[in-house]
Amino acid sequence: MKILVTIKRVVDYNVRVRVKPDGSGVETEGVKMSINPFDEIALEEALRIKERGEAEEVIVTSIGGNEVQQQLRTGLAMGADRAIQVETDQPVQPLTAARILLKLVEKEQPGIVFLGKQAIDDDCNQTGQMLAALWGRPQATFASKVELADGKATVTREVDAGLEVNEVDLPAVMTSDLRLNEPRFVKLPDIMKAKRKPLETLALADLGAEPAADLVATAYEPPPKRGGGKLVASVAELIGELKNKGLL
Amino acid sequence: MAKVLIIGEHDGHNLNPATAKTVQGASGLHIDDVDVVLFGSDLDAVAAQAAAVAGVQRVLTVTHDDFAHPLAARIAPEIAAMAGDYSHILTGSTTLGKDLLPRAAALIGVNQVSDIMEVLDARTFKRPIYAGNAIVTVQVPEGAPVVGTIRTASFAAAGEGGSAEIVAAEARAEDPGHTRFVRVEGGGGDGPDLASADIVISGGRALGSSDNFAVIHSLAKKMGAAVGASRAAVDAGYVPNELQVGQTGKIIAPDLYFAIGISGAIQHLTGIKDAGTIVAINKDAEAPIFEIADFGLVGDLFEIVPELEKAL
Repeated sequence: MKILVTIKRVVDYNVRVRVKPDGSGVETEGVKMSINPFDEIALEEALRIKERGEAEEVIVTSIGGNEVQQQLRTGLAMGADRAIQVETDQPVQPLTAARILLKLVEKEQPGIVFLGKQAIDDDCNQTGQMLAALWGRPQATFASKVELADGKATVTREVDAGLEVNEVDLPAVMTSDLRLNEPRFVKLPDIMKAKRKPLETLALADLGAEPAADLVATAYEPPPKRGGGKLVASVAELIGELKNKGLL
Repeated sequence: MAKVLIIGEHDGHNLNPATAKTVQGASGLHIDDVDVVLFGSDLDAVAAQAAAVAGVQRVLTVTHDDFAHPLAARIAPEIAAMAGDYSHILTGSTTLGKDLLPRAAALIGVNQVSDIMEVLDARTFKRPIYAGNAIVTVQVPEGAPVVGTIRTASFAAAGEGGSAEIVAAEARAEDPGHTRFVRVEGGGGDGPDLASADIVISGGRALGSSDNFAVIHSLAKKMGAAVGASRAAVDAGYVPNELQVGQTGKIIAPDLYFAIGISGAIQHLTGIKDAGTIVAINKDAEAPIFEIADFGLVGDLFEIVPELEKAL
């Protein structure tokens, strides 16, 4: 079985993102870029499945310009066997991404497609579910535990009510939540080795995925700020303040 | 054809408050024709509750054993089959909404607007990106329905007093047979629901252990509050995952929020930005939580919290 893992290049999660003064977007110039953390967790899970002998190959893929090769190489250094870049210089929204991934799925025939549950830039949380819909296959989203047996997966999902367990037939789409695992650190020899692993580049136009109508972003703004508060010196003062506001 | 379809959420007994908040969010569209659709195996009780939500014209009940537990793979094709009759298809951005609606959107052939926090007009919305560090205004292209999730923390629940017509509808799709519900673990706490409580008391890593979390539970009980937690506290196993407040947990808007022993990582702050009043208790005076708290108290939580409980 092959596992296809998607990787999105995003602003590193430690960077405090700022809106450009003219409201045309957010500042990404000179900002550290990384693998979307949820995708890193997805890749870690795929690698663990392979290391347990339940999959033969882990393929990482990313959609974007040549800069995404950096994140694909990191994925290869983590342990993926090969990488596929779908080359485009245009940003891709979830439905178009799902249509592109469907073309890769038809080509590679994976048993699992593993995605992060959301990307920490656009916070859409859509692509995995959309791919599952277009593929006509199960989706196990927000996964915090994955067990495979007999062509099926038992997936524990983090939901509002607690933990929901679903059983899905493979092939299936899975999306990772935070507590699925802790991704490994990449070691220097692995980075060297990753340079020799295959990285294939496919032109978006050659895949034949029909682009969807995009949402149009017309303005960006910083979030409203909460007014500064005050420090109180004692429990009694705190209770007094809360009573003043009619909260107690 | 301006007509809104809202997918109602419920547990078989009670309508989830997210549904009334979605109705409220949808009111900004200024479209009077609003249907709520419910999928379930026994819908009498929740249909009556949905019919009482002000602003709802019609409650469509799709009753089938397949819907005893909501599965996206089963319900999404139902929504796609109904889509032709509507200009807007909305649900709350609960974990169910996030799981279900993108699957339906893909079948309909549109991108979804996730986490709508403000409705500017029928096709223009504000939504948070980068963990709420930026707000983007997006326009949905003409020619297809608007499909979106409503960020429930941004809207109060629509009031009661509605008297919608309840109409039974038939399931239109088949069970794809590849996805099965097994069980749900957790929940069952006796306090108020975290997502909709008026007061929430959250504990963080500084609690140090599951046993120590008792001071939080005890204060919450005294105040009739729901208990929440930071990601660090959940990761450390002090409390179960469903109590996590923050970007990847629950995004909440209580009237009063206590952050106790929580330093205030940006991902946590994202989850509480819409709270009415935030109280922070932390021994580190430099903790970022104090930058957004309305009232801060610097000190040892294990002294302050019992003192607070006693004084109330």
